Amino acid sequence: MGDPPPNPDSPSQPTSSRRNSQLSERWRSQEQPRPQPTVPYEVQQTPPDAQIPRSSQEVVSSQTNLRGWSQRASLTQNENLMFQAEEAQLGGIEYSSLNTGFPSEIQPQPYLSEGRFQVTRDASLMLQQLQQGEGNLFQQLEAAYQEPGANLLGQFTMYQRDLQFGQSAEHGPYLRDDPALQFSPSELGFMPFSMEMPEPEPRELAVQNAKAYLLQTSVNCDLSLYEHLVNLLTKILNQRPENPLFLLESLNRTTQWEWFHPKLDTLRDDPEMQPIYEMAERQKALFGGSGGGEGEQEMEEEVAETAVPNIMEKAFYFEQAGVGLGSDESFRIFMALKQLVEQQPILTCRFWGKILGLSRSYLVAEVEFREGEEEGEEEEMEEMMEGGDVMETHGEEEGEEEEKIPDVIPKPTWKPPPAIPKEESRSGANKYLYFVCNEPGQPWARLPHVTPIQIVQARKIKKFFTGYLDAPVISYPPFPGNEANYLRAQIARISAATQISPLGFYQFGEEEGDEEEEGGAGRDSYEENPDFDGIPVLELVDSMANWVHHTQHILPQGRCTWVNPLQKTEEEEELGEEEEKADEGMEEVEQEVGPPLLTPLSEDAEIMHMSPWTARLSCSLSPQYSVAVVRSNLWPGACAYASGKKFENIYIGWGHKYSPENFNPPLPAPIQQEYPSGPEIMEMSDPTVEEEQALKAAQEQVLAASEEEEEDEDEDEDEDQDD
Amino acid sequence: MDAESLLLSLELASGSGQGLSPDRRASLLTSLTLVKRDYRFDRVLFWGRILGLVADYYIAQGLSEDQLAPRKTLYRWRRRPEEMATQTSVVKGRFMGDPSHEYEHTEVQKVNEGEKVFEEEVVVQIKEETRLVSVIDQIDKAVAIVPRGALFKTPFGSINVNRTFEGLSLSEAKKLSSYFHFKEPVELKNKTLLEKADMDPSLDFMDSLEHDIPKGSWSIQMERGNALVVLRSLLWPGLTFYHTPRTKNYGYIYVGTGEKNIDLPFML
Repeated sequence: MGDPPPNPDSPSQPTSSRRNSQLSERWRSQEQPRPQPTVPYEVQQTPPDAQIPRSSQEVVSSQTNLRGWSQRASLTQNENLMFQAEEAQLGGIEYSSLNTGFPSEIQPQPYLSEGRFQVTRDASLMLQQLQQGEGNLFQQLEAAYQEPGANLLGQFTMYQRDLQFGQSAEHGPYLRDDPALQFSPSELGFMPFSMEMPEPEPRELAVQNAKAYLLQTSVNCDLSLYEHLVNLLTKILNQRPENPLFLLESLNRTTQWEWFHPKLDTLRDDPEMQPIYEMAERQKALFGGSGGGEGEQEMEEEVAETAVPNIMEKAFYFEQAGVGLGSDESFRIFMALKQLVEQQPILTCRFWGKILGLSRSYLVAEVEFREGEEEGEEEEMEEMMEGGDVMETHGEEEGEEEEKIPDVIPKPTWKPPPAIPKEESRSGANKYLYFVCNEPGQPWARLPHVTPIQIVQARKIKKFFTGYLDAPVISYPPFPGNEANYLRAQIARISAATQISPLGFYQFGEEEGDEEEEGGAGRDSYEENPDFDGIPVLELVDSMANWVHHTQHILPQGRCTWVNPLQKTEEEEELGEEEEKADEGMEEVEQEVGPPLLTPLSEDAEIMHMSPWTARLSCSLSPQYSVAVVRSNLWPGACAYASGKKFENIYIGWGHKYSPENFNPPLPAPIQQEYPSGPEIMEMSDPTVEEEQALKAAQEQVLAASEEEEEDEDEDEDEDQDD
Repeated sequence: MDAESLLLSLELASGSGQGLSPDRRASLLTSLTLVKRDYRFDRVLFWGRILGLVADYYIAQGLSEDQLAPRKTLYRWRRRPEEMATQTSVVKGRFMGDPSHEYEHTEVQKVNEGEKVFEEEVVVQIKEETRLVSVIDQIDKAVAIVPRGALFKTPFGSINVNRTFEGLSLSEAKKLSSYFHFKEPVELKNKTLLEKADMDPSLDFMDSLEHDIPKGSWSIQMERGNALVVLRSLLWPGLTFYHTPRTKNYGYIYVGTGEKNIDLPFML
């Protein structure tokens, strides 16, 4: 902004007083609030009364006034007819000269309520006035929005230059064919003064261009600058805040925001918040259900033990250990478990933990059904599986029979390794049943029992969980099952490895059989020790021998109890004799043995010279009240606490084992041997044409030779007969 | 996460399971305030916790006015040395918990003596402190994130906290492109002109998470019934970023073993 030469004060002051009177008059004449864009030389119209005295003070020197204008221009952020001229060009204002014509002309104008026309009309007026004043020097005002409207500015510059030199050039590029910008001269209001209007078209065109530029909608949205300014000024004038200058920034922002975020209908819901409300409704049902049934069951609950554990107490202890989900989340889990207990016939229930997934996470509950409540679903599933298998074998046999007739296809000698039968429910790895849900409030889904082959394969792969139970697990070696099976297998592994309790809490029952039973590697059941007194916390932390595993170790076979896969079952005996012989050729498999139940943790194998467990006191500052915390290094995320007679395990993590080495996927299997070649399947090359012809020729020769012989013999016989 | 909103932040980040015990929280609150006063930081972030075998490290970071200026990291409130050790990538395994512990790593180096080439085994000793430093640095460069709009860049180049940040909307919060790496941008110049035209230079001055390699190394989830968006890094498991949409609560915390998940491509 160039500094204009200071104008003589004297002419400006009387004009200022005149302007002030002008202002007040005009202010009173305003009946309706309307957006009024700031126009140079008419700045005084727009600001409220409070600013008028200020403006009058600023009128003292044109320089300050210029500043004031620019301030106001930037403050009210109005697009006026900003003539952004290059500094080199323009000098200062001749405010006084311009002002002379100013008041008288403006007064008689009736103000229309529409701001749009106002702008153009005022602008054209002003331009006319400018035209009047000799030696037009336009003030430089900084546009509030520094829009890169280079073209227009350039045009304006040109225009001003032209005006300055009094030339009237044709401005071709201004021509716009926009009917929206046309306004009928009749609405303009009257110009009682007869002004020369030399070449109004270029000026009008310039004005139209300026307005078109303002009305230009931004690329990202439908809002144009013009509309936004209209909104903003309407808002200001409606609300008449105390100090709009200071509030301008926030007003601007809120106006913009409101344009894009219309206030909610009372009838329609905000679409974005919909899922949140739904979830909240569902969770409310959690709390509501318990509240509703409370009155009826109150008496019963006091008497009977509920299967739901005291989650809040355990959450408190875990929080001391620095592990946990937050107290309100824990409460919601508590409510969800309660819901589960009500829905299913459950004897005992425990919150196992949380497994994080890519899109969603799993909350896992470990339950035990009541006696006799066998899972009907499981049996149905098994039957379906077996039925499918039977069908397949039938199909194969039929196919073989058909094929035996025309040709014998050599049968492959490869047989799949015998499937290891899965463990029965309530034993081994399938001792407990697991339910999962994604969030408390959502229905619980049951996980199927785990089969040994699934555990074996799960040991070989490492995949993130996606959060959807039916997602396929794509891996090599191929995992037999979908994500639900993989999840169940990992849960089984984690449980077997990290469920621990203080030494002495559990003890073996007294009615166990011998340890050397076939297929058994120790006892597989335990019971609570009623005489357990609790181990001091310091001792628990010091030595790992004070903790024991209370879940069975899973053998490499995938089961907890060993099963010899070579044992012939009834199905296998139905096969042909040949295959039995093949069976006998297989090697003897050794029995797999694992550490027995209730093994202390000190016996656990080390990971790369690192102890597999880390024990701490929860709070070193107050050891007398703290809790012993043991974290697993093998399965990061598994944690257990013990304090007095209470203990608990939990797992919160991604569900993968820790391995200091990188994960190496197994190599693909070696290529199987081809069938040994023999004469039956040896490929022979077809005879070529020459060979065939040669053969044919040879055969014909032989034929011909034999015919000749026959003829000779006939002739001989004939000759003999003749004699 | 900001030290001022530590309690709320810990509550919001608790979905990953690891948090702080109440006594730790209390001591942290006081010590973070003292750190802010002593070191004259503008903002103090509680960076997280690295679990070691014997003890854990509690890490805090102090920021000056300019948010992207190099941060000072403190562990257990001792200022860590500034030098970056790139050799520490050879050290694998868990942290011990003792900063003076030394890892020994034998390298086979080729030593030229005259015309012969020997292969000698050189035992390189790396202190755990330097390893800690470089791990924190790596984690910061790789996975420290902020939502779009939380920081803005003034025309002079300095980066400030945006006090008018109202939070991401729900639809924005589920997209990876609404989150930026909290470090100097690397990929900005590789963007096409079309993309650059849409960017706002005062807000989009950092790399977004969209183009992270490998693709899918971030897991976005809504928790608490869609009222909280949580991003977890799969490359450095243990880093959790949380944000409540439509509010200005956000932050990240790292609680983990300080090891990179190199098996990530197999696991996706």
